[in-house]
Amino acid sequence: MESLIDYLPSILDGALVTLEVALLALILAVTLGLSGATARLSNTAWLRWPAVTYTTLVRGVPDLVMMLLVFYGGQVFLNEVADSLEWEPFDLDPFIAGVVTIGFIFGAYFTETFRGAYLAVPAGQLEAARAYGMPRSLVFRRVLFPQMLRHALPGIGNNWQVMLKSTAIVSMIGLTDMTWLADQAGRSTRQPFVFYLVVCVVYLILTAISGWVIVWLDQRYSHGVRRATL
Amino acid sequence: MLDINVIITSWPEFLRGIWLTLHLVVFSLLAGFVIALPLAVARSSSTQWLNRTVGVYTYLFRGTPMLLQLLLIYYGLAQFEWMRGAWESGNPFWLLFREPYFCAWLAFALNTAAYTTEILAGVFRNTPHGEIEAGRAMGMDRFTLLRRIIIPAGLRRAIPTYSNEVILMLQGSAIASAVTLVDLTGAARNVYSRHFAPFEAFLFAGLVYMLLTLMLVGLFRQAENRWLAHLRPRSAQVGH
Repeated sequence: MESLIDYLPSILDGALVTLEVALLALILAVTLGLSGATARLSNTAWLRWPAVTYTTLVRGVPDLVMMLLVFYGGQVFLNEVADSLEWEPFDLDPFIAGVVTIGFIFGAYFTETFRGAYLAVPAGQLEAARAYGMPRSLVFRRVLFPQMLRHALPGIGNNWQVMLKSTAIVSMIGLTDMTWLADQAGRSTRQPFVFYLVVCVVYLILTAISGWVIVWLDQRYSHGVRRATL
Repeated sequence: MLDINVIITSWPEFLRGIWLTLHLVVFSLLAGFVIALPLAVARSSSTQWLNRTVGVYTYLFRGTPMLLQLLLIYYGLAQFEWMRGAWESGNPFWLLFREPYFCAWLAFALNTAAYTTEILAGVFRNTPHGEIEAGRAMGMDRFTLLRRIIIPAGLRRAIPTYSNEVILMLQGSAIASAVTLVDLTGAARNVYSRHFAPFEAFLFAGLVYMLLTLMLVGLFRQAENRWLAHLRPRSAQVGH
């Protein structure tokens, strides 16, 4: 019990790392998802094909394999670049590799989510906005995006929960997130069960809080929408 | 450039890895399904305590990462005195918990069972009410109703969602290498550290996972054509 209290602050620091990875990856994934969905729905084939390849590729390869590829492969690549430019070699940070990989993977899932949500906005709305003389960027900001968000929220919430849990694998490339720290604490106190359990509880708390936030956002963005009741 | 020789010389190791991944995934899915079926019936039942208890199980297993569930079983249980005592006295059941293969199988099965339970409970709850009424009118009791109507019709409708779970399980099994197992990812990690060839090792592993996924997608498409043909949108062709 005492050792648990000793190590708890370090595990909570790790929880912050986990959250940082998840939130930064979320920003990257949403950006990729919005561009991916736009590309998938565009009329130009050379924009559509890369987006289709991207989503198919990501869904076929495990996140861990992709992370190992980015981390170890990225290091070799950086070494070669540094070599050819005659720089000092530098190490690839597992934090960056983790964020980039998770963001890249979930960008594909967000692409699908946003694609569906774009399609749910009535085309007449967009035509009306264009008829008012709004440029495309303004149509996106004022008409498409706010209405699309309501349809995308359930998907966003779902992706976020899965994403949060998949951050645990960053410990396998040596990032000191809470799973990694629990591993260390478990080894040195010979109480691995206790520390893994603590991490599980933190994950449960994080997913519960996210659940509430998603419900709140959903209510906010569904103002004025009448729900079908049975 | 990519050195194809790295893959050719490590071919036997990759092959063993693919084989381990395949049977680990197949056996976890089988066990998970066997656990999930009765639990899904309980989860969709109107008996509140039964429904809730299963709900707690699925909440816990779906709310935490599978990696932690695996670590908890393989490394975590060794913490306990009684577990180590049972190992020393050679208890054959508890000795299983020293085997990484058994622990991975157990963790994967319990994890996929939780997701499968919710998938199946969802389709069971959505059984059209008329079908149940018709069954009752024929004088079927609860068990017959489940056996003849709710379960067979529900399992068909669950195929598209369940196929997603199967694919996620294949991808998720990559973490088996965290408990020293040399599955496909584990083989790639070994090849990487032996040859320092990250691109060859991980790109090849990714390619194999990709092919396995595509095969699963094809398999489930066949299954849908066979068992969900009656729900397919009607085509305009005549004479088929």
